[in-house]
Amino acid sequence: MTGTAGDTSGGMTEYIQHHLTYLTVQLRPGAFWTLHLDTVFFSLLFSVGFLGLFIRAAHRATPGVPGKFQCAVEMLIEFVDQIVKETFGGKSRLVAPLAISVFVLVFLMNFMDLLPVDALPTVARDLGVGHLRTVATADINTTLGMALCVFLLIQWVGISEKGLVTFFREWFTAPFHAHGTVAQILLAPANLLLRIIEEAVRPLSLSLRLFGNMYAGELIFVLIAVLTLDASLSHLSTYLFGPIQLVADFIWTLFHILIITLQAFIFGMLSVVYLSMAAERH
Amino acid sequence: MDIAITLVVQGIAFFLVVWLVMHFGWPAFMQALEARQRKIAEGLAAANKGQKDLDEAKIKAQEIVREAREKAAQIVEQANKRANEIVEEAKLAATAEGRRLVAHAQEEIAMEASRAREALRRQVADLAVRGASRLLEREIDPKTHAELLGKLELEIANG
Repeated sequence: MTGTAGDTSGGMTEYIQHHLTYLTVQLRPGAFWTLHLDTVFFSLLFSVGFLGLFIRAAHRATPGVPGKFQCAVEMLIEFVDQIVKETFGGKSRLVAPLAISVFVLVFLMNFMDLLPVDALPTVARDLGVGHLRTVATADINTTLGMALCVFLLIQWVGISEKGLVTFFREWFTAPFHAHGTVAQILLAPANLLLRIIEEAVRPLSLSLRLFGNMYAGELIFVLIAVLTLDASLSHLSTYLFGPIQLVADFIWTLFHILIITLQAFIFGMLSVVYLSMAAERH
Repeated sequence: MDIAITLVVQGIAFFLVVWLVMHFGWPAFMQALEARQRKIAEGLAAANKGQKDLDEAKIKAQEIVREAREKAAQIVEQANKRANEIVEEAKLAATAEGRRLVAHAQEEIAMEASRAREALRRQVADLAVRGASRLLEREIDPKTHAELLGKLELEIANG
């Protein structure tokens, strides 16, 4: 693996920074209107791919003897369905589709981390695109976007399962249950505070956990790549760092296979848990 | 960390994916899976029923075979009995016929014997008369010697 950062002077900082720079497009003036084109591209690519395959498979699904692809999808579906049934007490049309979408999408976006860090950016550079970050889940916008989406769905499930009145009353009456009007009024601020913290922490923990894992994983891949940056056959260090890089990259890739799956699973699983908690009455 | 418009785009995109999966993917799969479950359940039930029917049919068949065997045994027994009777009857008839034939033959033999004896006696009497006449060298007149001849004849017949 050789360094391909060499737009300008080269060097480690340059290389790492290059790898951490998004391909952006400015929709309007102002910092907020900066769109990460690469993140959106890859996440949409996987979304469309997943949707296309899944919906196509769904429409071709037969109750008879399933084909190989249908079998594979069904295994995934039954896996998710099993988890949702075990975790989610109530009956909801939303939870299982949400869980499978989260699991598949996060896994696919995470999987880009296993490609060599320079592979796609090099191709992009040859096509005239200066920067490219391939791991969409290493972008806090993606993870927070998904987490906020889950957050809104949690509220929606809470309202639709319990009704508007119960839903809002619980803001003030749980987790501290009080008997008597005075005690209820006294405890209401504390309950509301805890509720706000609880609700706010969920999307934050969901998004930051995934983002942190993927960002760190990506960074370590970049650092491993840096070992032989600007290497040449005449340098002794190449023969020292080359093998180290090979072994380190191999080990980290193996480890990362576990991490990307686990993170996808955790994100999906926690979404299901949160939704089931939202559906419960206190 | 640069939280920006990307977040909104990603959130909306994710929501759309979930919505589409929820409406156009998941239910179809669930329908197929449930339909298959039903089919398998029905198939298993049908197999069970078939097995039960088969068992019942086997028992029935065994009963029929047993009945048929009994009937056959009865028929054979009856046939044997009838055969014995016929043989018995035939034996009786044959014995009676034989006896009749033997009696008839004996009768005939006796008749024949008495006839032969009669003829023989006559011949002997004739011979005796002829011999006597030759001894006496004259004709014996049957009329005159009828009493003598009759006595002689009786003697021969008795002797």
